[in-house]
Amino acid sequence: MSRVTESSLPFSHHLVDLMNATEEELVEIKETFGLGLSLMELRYIRDHYIVREKKATDFELQTFDQTMSEHCSHKTFAGIIDTPEGRVNGLLKTYFKSLIDELKPEWCFSVFEDNAGMVDLTDDVTIAIKVETHNHPSAIEPFGGAATGLGGVIRDIMGVWANPIANTDVLCFGPLNYPYEKLPPGVKHPSYLYNGVVSGIGSYGNSIGIPTVNGATVFDEDYTGNVLVYAGCIGVLPKDQYKRGIKAGDYCVLVGGRTGLDGIHGVTFASLELSENSEEESRSAVQIANPIEEEKLKRAIKQVSEQKLGSGITDIGGGGLSCGVCETADTYGLGVTAYLDRVSLKADDMAPWEIWISESQERMLMGIPPENLEKVKAIFEAEQVEVTVLGQYNDSRHATIYYKDELVGDLVLESLFNPPKLHRTTNWKPESKLDPEIPEPKDLGSILKTLLASYQICSKEKVIRSYDQEVKGQTVIKPLQGWNAGPSDASVIKPLHDNWKGVSLASGINPRYGKIDPYWMAASVIDEAIRNSVCVGGRRWALLDNFTWGNPEYEDRLGSLLYACKGCYDTAKIFKAPFVSGKDSLYNESPLGPVAPTLLITSLGIVPDIRKAITMELKEAGNALYLLGVTKPEIGGSEYIRLHGELGGSVPKVDAETNMKAYQRLLDAMDSGLVRACHDCSEGGLAVAVAEMAFTGDLGVDIDISKVSVDEKMRDDILLFSESNGRLLIEVSAEKTEAFEKAMEGVAVSCVGAVKSDPKLTVTKDGKPVLEESLVELMKAWKTPLEAQR
Amino acid sequence: MKREDIRVLVMRAPGTNCDLEAVRAFEDLGPKVDLVHTQKIFKDKNLEDYDLILFPGGWSYGDYVRSGAIWAKECEYRIGPELEAFVESGKPMIGICNGFQQLVELGYLPGWEGKSLYPEAALGNSTHGYQSRWIRMRYDGKGNVGMMGGLKHGHIIQCPIAHGEGRFILPPDQREELLNRLYDQDMLVFRYVKEDGSYAEYDWPANPNGAYHDIAGISNPEGTVLGLMPHPERAYYGYLMPEWTKKGAPETYGDGYPFFKSIVEYIERKF
Repeated sequence: MSRVTESSLPFSHHLVDLMNATEEELVEIKETFGLGLSLMELRYIRDHYIVREKKATDFELQTFDQTMSEHCSHKTFAGIIDTPEGRVNGLLKTYFKSLIDELKPEWCFSVFEDNAGMVDLTDDVTIAIKVETHNHPSAIEPFGGAATGLGGVIRDIMGVWANPIANTDVLCFGPLNYPYEKLPPGVKHPSYLYNGVVSGIGSYGNSIGIPTVNGATVFDEDYTGNVLVYAGCIGVLPKDQYKRGIKAGDYCVLVGGRTGLDGIHGVTFASLELSENSEEESRSAVQIANPIEEEKLKRAIKQVSEQKLGSGITDIGGGGLSCGVCETADTYGLGVTAYLDRVSLKADDMAPWEIWISESQERMLMGIPPENLEKVKAIFEAEQVEVTVLGQYNDSRHATIYYKDELVGDLVLESLFNPPKLHRTTNWKPESKLDPEIPEPKDLGSILKTLLASYQICSKEKVIRSYDQEVKGQTVIKPLQGWNAGPSDASVIKPLHDNWKGVSLASGINPRYGKIDPYWMAASVIDEAIRNSVCVGGRRWALLDNFTWGNPEYEDRLGSLLYACKGCYDTAKIFKAPFVSGKDSLYNESPLGPVAPTLLITSLGIVPDIRKAITMELKEAGNALYLLGVTKPEIGGSEYIRLHGELGGSVPKVDAETNMKAYQRLLDAMDSGLVRACHDCSEGGLAVAVAEMAFTGDLGVDIDISKVSVDEKMRDDILLFSESNGRLLIEVSAEKTEAFEKAMEGVAVSCVGAVKSDPKLTVTKDGKPVLEESLVELMKAWKTPLEAQR
Repeated sequence: MKREDIRVLVMRAPGTNCDLEAVRAFEDLGPKVDLVHTQKIFKDKNLEDYDLILFPGGWSYGDYVRSGAIWAKECEYRIGPELEAFVESGKPMIGICNGFQQLVELGYLPGWEGKSLYPEAALGNSTHGYQSRWIRMRYDGKGNVGMMGGLKHGHIIQCPIAHGEGRFILPPDQREELLNRLYDQDMLVFRYVKEDGSYAEYDWPANPNGAYHDIAGISNPEGTVLGLMPHPERAYYGYLMPEWTKKGAPETYGDGYPFFKSIVEYIERKF
């Protein structure tokens, strides 16, 4: 191609003449170098070089490609969207960052600024939190994709100088019994992906010695072509160790593993749809994990952090050095000069651009003032970690990159980080759907057992046990409660040795609600993440959003994304729970169609004194059982309606004001020592929640459903299995019921039953029997499905 | 010796990850604890400065090849004589989880010939793969292992296990004979038991890994080197116990406390 000429340098290097290039020529250039840029972006780059009156290098084009990718620049969330109701000037700004300005939470230390969100634990110590997605790589190579996903988010925590202390992971698969013959070419079977992803996460998290304490595993047809892997991490950092001020003259220092040919064009791949050929075309985009390298890196960085020897730090993740080096320089209003031949390689014959954009794992980049360089080097050498001084920051506002004494790229940072805003339009609205007629079942006991044994609700013990939950000795409330391993609502970690304060970690996710109405899905999963936190005594919630959506260039995908964002804003505002970090993964499309629009909400709460934390299992016969909240005939998207192969329409709504008031009163009652156990009603409704509390505590329970607060009369099956939000089951000691009722005055709460030693779940209605099952049978139904899965 | 004069060495290698829990437990009891990178010990070779060495859990060097194998060979090569002198001196040496694997690989456990040239036992693949769960183990020693002297015969400790290779096995052709020797020489220290205190008899998950004869931990014939797969350091405080909320509030200490207390009191008494 005439516009591309090979340079005479003794390594692979090309010059590209963009002067007056036509659109056809731009597309040809894009394809020659395997770039993911849109035509609008290509025109922007062309104009940039016309103004500069110079030829571009392939190295520079690759840099633009990385920084402008959806994965790195989040252009959908930053772009302009026109709707019938008016213009939205950036989803992130309008619906997420704005909450910080409106709520003004003084306990937010650093949000939407750095690699992770940071909130106060005490006056002097912050908790950093981040949740990431690693979907596309996991679809191609589940073990490596999931392992490096976790490795990457742990580095995000190290990327704010914090010490990682706990992991969370949420995984979404197609049904494990999906018929092989229905799989299109290039799509791997859900059970293969499940085994690979679960062992990949376990392998990385266990080896690096960070407990995995929270998560969820979701199964739905719509994940068959698009497996989802959400990996999260929290860390702890004394505030005075948060060093963020790289200056001209500071060294740009690369530490960690060597750079190789794995993870080339990872971010470009992440911003494309999956296809039959993804495996062949994009295998090299998946990185290779080495958790022990990161374990060493973690030890060394902790020392640099404690001794305050650095001036800035970031993780080398998506986009490789190109993003890390340019972003650090740009963040501090600087420029940078770097020499790529200094980088230690694990592959021969890498072109400079490959070194520059490789996403090889276990690498971090730091700014180090000259006077501290020798000390920093000594720390890393003692931990057997390689240190490379790539170059130095300066005042030029350019990134000038050399390879073997030759200039291979000269990038204007101002232009690199200010691409044109996307402008899109959507007129999409959720359609209202109706519930189908469902025959009233006679045997509610067998329905309950079927629900307990559904993949969605059944015990995830097999997955959870393959992760270390206890390492570091800080896990106060564990994901599996007690010797019977019941499903905890949230985990509680005690990060500081000399302080009783704890943090609660919980999540909310429900793709089936999203298929009916993305707005109410967002509201529901926020309520769920907060409700779960309340169960253990968590409060003052910080939220994280992780959107996994289809291709936003389609109007319906973009429209539903917009509705979900609105739901986030409206609900979080009432709960006074600001978003502190988030991440979107778009373009999740496969030959089987778009992914179910999925919003994962993670809540990070504070437990003021872990000695007062509450667990979910029943504690003592004779105690009273209360139900907080109102049960409504909301079975749309429920697990109950799924048994009939239906989705329905009556998606659970959220009355956030009422719930917020109720949760606050309940937390006060907990603080006064009035609550013995607490468990949330979610998938499977009231019946499933009661069963879980009972078999986990080895105690029976009598329930009278005529005592349940309802907003309208409904059938017994609907009442037992409806998934209305805002509901919690609460066990109260027999002698404290009066005090509890007084504490909860003005809130919808009613005594619905009593704990008994007879190991049975007995449900009646005005004295007439409705359902009776032995706890052994219920627990067996709940525990068997995944244990039996090979 | 006085408690505050006791010096504990917790040695770590790349991939070690249960060091801080162990350090925390010993520090709480009073001794001075040094957490030192194995490479520094290789340089300083100062094992004689310490009264106790603990090899903590983790995945030393990724546990590639075989759990504990790489670190054991490296220690043998770099500080072999110093380690031998330490064991000869009768000062206690403990390995937990990966540390147990390490002591077996080093030949100090079971250590019938003082130090075996090749491993006389092994910690094989667990029957259920990697598992992180709580177990119960019973102290079955009768006095040979001085550092466990604070525990009564039959004392049960609840604590977590977290490993993929922890199935204690003996060579199949000598299994019964060697088991008898373990009994005769009072080297059988911990066995997995069920909720009621009876031996697990290979019942999963009471015996979480399929270990031969439900063995969770053994000592050398002299009773000075102790290795076990379960993690008492992760059950040191009351708030770490799995069902503490049943009582309303956690007790100060958990089941791991008597284990560490016994060790510290032994050193206090003996040296």
